[in-house]
Amino acid sequence: MTEPFNEGTPTPLEAVEGLKTGPEASLWSDAWRQLRRRPMFIISAFLVVLMMLIALFPGLFNFSGYDPRDCPLAVDGVPNVRLGPSAEHWFGTDLLGCDYYARVIYGARVSISIGIIVTVFSTLVSLVFGSIAGYYGGFIDTFIARITDVVFAIPVILGGILILSLFRQRGILLVSVVLIVLGWPTMLRLARSSVLSVKENEYVDAARALGASNFRIIRRHILPNSLAPVIVYATITVGVIISAEAALSFLGVGLQLPAISWGLMLAAAQNRLRTDPHLLLFPGLFLSITVFAFILLGDALRDALDPRLR
Amino acid sequence: MATDQIFKKDSIGERPLDPQAPLLSVEDLHVEFRMGVGTVQAVNGLSYGLDRHETLAILGESGSGKSVNAQAVMGIIDTPPGYITQGSVKFRGVELLDLPETQRRSVRGERIAMIFQDALTALNPVFSVGWQIAEMFRIHRGLSKKEGFEKAIELMERARIPLARERVNSYPHEFSGGMRQRVMIAMALSLDPDILIADEPTTALDVTVQAQIMELLRELQQETGMGLILITHDLGVIAEVADNVVVMYAGREVETGEINEVYHHPAHPYTIGLMDSIPRPDLHTERLEPIVGQPPDLMHIPSGCPFHPRCRYRKDRCVTEVPSLASVDGDRLSACHYWEEVMRERAHK
Amino acid sequence: MGRYIIRRMLQFIPVFFVTTFMIFLMVYAMPGDPIRALAGDRQMSASTLEALRERYNLNDPFVVQYGKYMKGIFGFLWLDGDLGTDFRGQPVTEKLAAKLPITIRLALMAFGFEVVIGILAGILAGVRQKGFVDNLVLVSTLVVIAIPIFVLGFIAQYMLGVRFGIMPISYNARDPLFSLLMPSLVLGSVSLAYIARLTRTSLVENLRGDYVRTATSKGLSRRRVVGIHTLRNSMIPVVTFLAIDLGALMGGAIITETIFNVPGIGREIYDSVTHQENAVVVGIVTFMVIVYMLANLVVDVLYAVLDPRIRYD
Repeated sequence: MTEPFNEGTPTPLEAVEGLKTGPEASLWSDAWRQLRRRPMFIISAFLVVLMMLIALFPGLFNFSGYDPRDCPLAVDGVPNVRLGPSAEHWFGTDLLGCDYYARVIYGARVSISIGIIVTVFSTLVSLVFGSIAGYYGGFIDTFIARITDVVFAIPVILGGILILSLFRQRGILLVSVVLIVLGWPTMLRLARSSVLSVKENEYVDAARALGASNFRIIRRHILPNSLAPVIVYATITVGVIISAEAALSFLGVGLQLPAISWGLMLAAAQNRLRTDPHLLLFPGLFLSITVFAFILLGDALRDALDPRLR
Repeated sequence: MATDQIFKKDSIGERPLDPQAPLLSVEDLHVEFRMGVGTVQAVNGLSYGLDRHETLAILGESGSGKSVNAQAVMGIIDTPPGYITQGSVKFRGVELLDLPETQRRSVRGERIAMIFQDALTALNPVFSVGWQIAEMFRIHRGLSKKEGFEKAIELMERARIPLARERVNSYPHEFSGGMRQRVMIAMALSLDPDILIADEPTTALDVTVQAQIMELLRELQQETGMGLILITHDLGVIAEVADNVVVMYAGREVETGEINEVYHHPAHPYTIGLMDSIPRPDLHTERLEPIVGQPPDLMHIPSGCPFHPRCRYRKDRCVTEVPSLASVDGDRLSACHYWEEVMRERAHK
Repeated sequence: MGRYIIRRMLQFIPVFFVTTFMIFLMVYAMPGDPIRALAGDRQMSASTLEALRERYNLNDPFVVQYGKYMKGIFGFLWLDGDLGTDFRGQPVTEKLAAKLPITIRLALMAFGFEVVIGILAGILAGVRQKGFVDNLVLVSTLVVIAIPIFVLGFIAQYMLGVRFGIMPISYNARDPLFSLLMPSLVLGSVSLAYIARLTRTSLVENLRGDYVRTATSKGLSRRRVVGIHTLRNSMIPVVTFLAIDLGALMGGAIITETIFNVPGIGREIYDSVTHQENAVVVGIVTFMVIVYMLANLVVDVLYAVLDPRIRYD
């Protein structure tokens, strides 16, 4: 007890108990680690991938062997229309004698394509203009905000009906464009508010003080950090757009025959609830599962990316 | 206030209050938080006492357990994940920890009140300040809305808020930081509590405003004779106001005593480290000496003396044996095995 | 507060004009022959076409056309509005007068249902997080949101109407309230799901707020802390949502009225689309868009009442 205390050397930091060193944790790698374990993510991701595969390669999944456009009204003298599900036709046949399973499978392609195209374009437009509006503020922001307000004032289904009813020929392109035009305000507002909150961070000031150009700041600092909520919303939007296209086709202002769309199938079957429920069941089921998968995926992503929930 | 006497019974539930007992007596308090990934030992055997007219400072870094301890006294810890696993908290001799909730609730606000760090988030943003202060009177004293508002104005004036009558219907975000804190103080003192716990009351404020708030607290304490507990990490703030101090580290007290004694003759390496790491214009020091290392991981508190990884006086015994509180001088306590040598060493510097 | 209201109204005015102008542009000023577009596939004689052109002011200069269009809209202020006519000469305003009351009844029922049950469910779920009610609400709302409203409608029709027969599968005038029940449940279901989730999330977030701790340490009962302090703050995003929801309700009404055969303006739009009465479609949609904008304005003001922080924005 009489020895002098060793005052000279401070304890090396690494040897100090409790100090943690390890692999860097970024928001994305952390999120991925979390996601991998959650059943909600696994199920929804699986479903999304499955539906997208069906959309890309319908031929592969068309186990019925029938061509969806080959619709004989009768086969060997036996009527072929509105047959219920059987071993021959898993989902039965529709009003024109087409194999329903094949039609449902091929319907995925159109619906999901529109969902993805519209979402991708809306997201791009929203990110670009949302960041510009959020970052520069002032007149540009007010200008963009006013335009957004105007489009925002028109509900999507109403606007869709209004515009589309004036066109006699409606294909995937037209429907997609209309949905993009009517849908971007919501996403732009989201992108803009995300950018606004990222802009407040001090590392933006720091970058500016170091002489970074505005463009560089937006590209390297603002965008990557404001991306998370936008991505979550984009995933959910795919589901919402698929649902919207189906609704519009159902009302008769979306796609037209001979396009194969779940909405159209449901429209054709709407008065057959009592007599041929299978005509409503199968496209309805596939439509619901697809929309459900995308929304669930978005939800799982949101839970994983929200820093406050961790 | 006279009317309060009717409400301030001399018992809580069926337990009579003891006029001889200290206002607050915390003994061997243990609080832990059970999280999925592990258990955080937030408070590990803390003991202290408070008397009337006394100002006790609880000093410590973030994570030392000082705020959790206050929440345990108030009974506002979220369970789960927080659990008080051991210890006793007595208010004038009455044990609080095993009181049924309704009785515990009667203690809050009425006997023991608390104010918090950031008044902007601590006050409800959608109700006027008058409404929030008056609420104490409407709920606890049965006063009408109008009477409650009159009381609110009275209290705001007591907290030295100018133009109280005009501003009683204003909202928290319309006040400056210092004024908001005064509102919180006014609200806390509504029912003339015996104890006021102030959890980092000035941390979010500018230096000049800090001084004003501390001054206000001291005056109010002198007026009412209540016990005041000041929780902070800022040594300077409490130097003028506190009578006694409890220095906390890793959930327990490492040194307690009368404040001037502790400041000028610290008896624990941690306290010494704290004193040495702040700039002192009166001393001719050449460089500031920070305390090396990081605050302890409360899920894995170091063995023996929790400060040993960062202590430059560390010896073998410190790693294995938990130091108990030794009496340095009467009520002066230090939780260091070698406090004598440490003090001697420092005196020679 | 008054200044806030005035500012909101000032913001409303340009949006109103631009939106109505855009609708006008889309329909009347598109390249090509708008009469052909309005006529659809109908075969019409040249004289009929000319009469229609006159009726829709298409021979007038652009500005005059626009002026008359706006006059038709503002005409509503003194109950003499003009939103066009269908090909048999019946003015759209007459159709509106006849069919709007039913749609309003449907919408009110749906609204009441979704607000009451949605908020209740959200509160129950939020107060006891991770409990049975919470998980139940989360899963069921997700399912309801995912299934498109017309599929929900068919399911409801089938299960409640055909299979178990407890409710009529379509509207009939003999039983006006009861036969509107299923359609209003379907109409409100998706919004109910959103409201429940939003209430829950908002409540959970607010329960973490510092002021909850303060309120508890004031000795207030848990019921008061949650029911008064937290709820008031939690309702703010829900109210904002209700404004947007009206738009969804309008779109949903069209679908619901179609499926359940309710003779309201939603059904009217569907029939007009099918029969290519595009003028009627434009007229009714214009009307609905204006209602939507006005409702948003009202909700904006309501928002300021609830949240004093934004009154000075």
